[in-house]
Amino acid sequence: MPALVVIAVCLTLTLTAGPILLAGANPLDAYGEYLVVPLTSRYTFLEVLVASTPLLFTGAAVGIAFRAGYWNIGAEGQLLLGAVAAAGIGQVVGELPPLVTLPLMVAGGAVAGAGWALVPALLRVRFRIDEVVTTLLLNPVALLFVNGLLQGPWRDPVSGFPESPRIAAGAELPQLVERSRLHGGFVLAILIIVAAWYVLARTPAGLRLRAAGLSPHAARFAGIDVPRTLLRAALVSGAIAGIAGMSEVAGIQYRLTGGLSAGYGYTGIVVATLGALSMPGVMLAALFLGDLTVGASSAGRALAIPSQLGAVVQGTLLLVTIGLLAVRRNRLSRAVEPAAGEVAVAAEQVTGEELPAAATAIEEAGELEVDGWPEKDRPDPTGESGRPPAAGESNR
Amino acid sequence: MSRANPGVAGSTGRAGSTGRADIAVELQGITKRFGDLVANDHVDFDVRRGEVHALLGENGAGKTTLMRILYGLTAPDEGEIRIDGRPVTVRSPKDAIAAGIGIVTQHFSLVRPMTVAENLALGRTGGFRLDLERTRRQVAGASERFGIRVDPAAIVGELSIGEQQRVEILKALARDCRVLILDEPTAVLVPQEVEALFMTLRRLVADGLAVVFISHKLGEVRAISDRVSVLRRGAMVGTVPGSTDERELARMMVGRPTFGVARSEPTGGEAEVLLRVSGLRAAGRHGLPALHDVTFEIRRGEILGVAGVSGNGQTELVEVLSGMRHPAAGSITVDGTELAGATPTAMMAAGVGRIPEDRHASLVADLSVADNLVLERLDDFTTRTGLDERRIREHATMLIERFDIRARPEDRVTTLSGGNIQKVLLARVLSRQPKVIVVAQPTRGLDIGATEYVRGELLARRAAGAAVLLVSEDLDELLALADRLIVLYEGRIVGEIPAADADPERLGILMSGRGRAA
Repeated sequence: MPALVVIAVCLTLTLTAGPILLAGANPLDAYGEYLVVPLTSRYTFLEVLVASTPLLFTGAAVGIAFRAGYWNIGAEGQLLLGAVAAAGIGQVVGELPPLVTLPLMVAGGAVAGAGWALVPALLRVRFRIDEVVTTLLLNPVALLFVNGLLQGPWRDPVSGFPESPRIAAGAELPQLVERSRLHGGFVLAILIIVAAWYVLARTPAGLRLRAAGLSPHAARFAGIDVPRTLLRAALVSGAIAGIAGMSEVAGIQYRLTGGLSAGYGYTGIVVATLGALSMPGVMLAALFLGDLTVGASSAGRALAIPSQLGAVVQGTLLLVTIGLLAVRRNRLSRAVEPAAGEVAVAAEQVTGEELPAAATAIEEAGELEVDGWPEKDRPDPTGESGRPPAAGESNR
Repeated sequence: MSRANPGVAGSTGRAGSTGRADIAVELQGITKRFGDLVANDHVDFDVRRGEVHALLGENGAGKTTLMRILYGLTAPDEGEIRIDGRPVTVRSPKDAIAAGIGIVTQHFSLVRPMTVAENLALGRTGGFRLDLERTRRQVAGASERFGIRVDPAAIVGELSIGEQQRVEILKALARDCRVLILDEPTAVLVPQEVEALFMTLRRLVADGLAVVFISHKLGEVRAISDRVSVLRRGAMVGTVPGSTDERELARMMVGRPTFGVARSEPTGGEAEVLLRVSGLRAAGRHGLPALHDVTFEIRRGEILGVAGVSGNGQTELVEVLSGMRHPAAGSITVDGTELAGATPTAMMAAGVGRIPEDRHASLVADLSVADNLVLERLDDFTTRTGLDERRIREHATMLIERFDIRARPEDRVTTLSGGNIQKVLLARVLSRQPKVIVVAQPTRGLDIGATEYVRGELLARRAAGAAVLLVSEDLDELLALADRLIVLYEGRIVGEIPAADADPERLGILMSGRGRAA
């Protein structure tokens, strides 16, 4: 994914130079702190992997859903529910051996995450209720649920803090490297990414999912059950996000806490988009953002600038990436007149991988115009016959 | 905030009087190319104050492109636009609105939760304060003056489609529009609403408004137009008085068939029936009934052609037979299997091959040729561990060779030309040896070589014993390929003729809906 991402990163660094200057630091020093310094010591390098771990999960979760054309913005809530399940199981297993406990917790996290994703997915598939809104709105609900638990039944009886009791020793993910926080969740995340890559690229289910995301109408025409494909993608996405929560509980915190997730579910959207929805891309993007996260906190100390500037850089990066995708699409569509699907095409040319559907949403606007005024002679892409002409479909 | 009254502008230009002075808008030598496709080929068109000038043509004839150019949505490659005799450049809809051009399409640009008055206020510029009460009074006044009855306080979303259309027209008039373009205005209306629309138009025209009425429905065009211009394949065929009879209009629209194309040999009489459709009813895009009691049979080795002016139910028929649209009633049997309401998968499993008119939307444009070729039958290309990439590639290579597709297996479909895209679809369908083939507009937009190829393949399938339903707006094609023809008009079969007895005269009568009694 060279060209576009390199441009995006350069642009982002240029744009964020202003805020960094305002904070009283030399931007070049700051970028060195953000991106290079974390890789130079053993401890910080391992910390980068630790910080990347939840992002690998959520990036994969979001990437899979987006690839199917299901806009899951709810990875954050699904992650929290996964964490609740893992913490719950971790408290009750007692002295069971890790070989039993850990798979049980992974399964519990996955089921809880998928469960949290189920209702919006059903609403979308059955009643065409926009999943962007429903999944997004369930995130604060999940957080309230976590806080309710921590203030009430799960409040630590020993310390009295709003934290759950510590999980059993056998429920902790093993440490991977001596004297570091790197835990088994990282390996699990990589395994999931590899598996997701294989399924998407090499299996009939993956091809169906990609087809449904790229062109729901053509997929339906070819006999693919698009609603079921969407539902499955949504559940798998929720399950992986749920495992992210389990990984944070069992690998880092060893208990449920209110501050368990530093917005990992939302950052997963950045990771997936920046990774052009391809699994190798997600892996690189998650490591990149992990690097940035570790760098931002150490830059705060080294240069005396607010560590929140790291989040500013992340946010800018997302906007720039999306902006570049849109620009790319526009340029192409002007060159080749009846144009639909250019964003994906553009991204594909950039990545050399197949089809990130990153911007199918943007692209729909172009599709309406293929021949003359929108879609009147074209078969209804949704197959719904009774839909009245909506006000939003103006043609100017 | 002044509002032009068409009555003032047009008081000298009552319908009937002619002459250059009355010409409100004139398009001259307009040419627009999209790649190889010439959408408009040196088209001349004008509309006078106080007349309805219909622009008639099949889908894809270039009507919409022409009006998009006039409205500033598409830039012409060549040609000139003159408004009130002065050459102008229309770069955007804003320029067009400033020049007094208004448009109403099938897709209304109204904000549904707002009232009529609020919607009209939205289109206004100038002034800072929004005086809704004044707008409401103005709407009421305009509504009175133009004779378009709308309640300014009504919520747009609660109005019927016909009423919403009236709001759109009122909105255009409120912007001082002197030339009103109506793009297929009746497509969304029920008959009573059509009558109401025509009454409104007659009144506006009597006040001097110039109206461009885009349609492919002959009866309506005759009922409302003073003049009719016919476009065919991007070129202007001619302009005739509105009183011209429907047969003549139909002939101008579809072109006189050139005979001499090798007609296929009739197949031996009583082969078994492979596709039987009876009593089929279905609703169309807007929920209005599109098919009424359609009944026909196709035998082994037979091509049944479906003729008709587009928009008379052909699209819905193909969609129902493709498993993409649920019929409201009726039966579809393929070789004895009942398939009404079946899914695309069930249709394919029963041996129905489907090649719809919108070939781009029937393939996943951003997947490779190889993937698209197997998308209908992935289970046949799966090993225990996943997709059988090697066989998918071999399959693609074989079909590319066999169907002469100019592409590599890994090329994305979107990079192919129209002819090659059609060949991919054809290859995907025909490689499964379908018993029944449902095919619509198979050669639209293709060059001569690809056209010949596609027609040859269909004839070869017929010879091999398939039953083919061929929907086409190209009479040459129907006459060259079909054994029998049925004619659809307003969703009904209004005639059935053996291809040998078909002539344009008779087809024209049937297509215009006047053969129903015969």
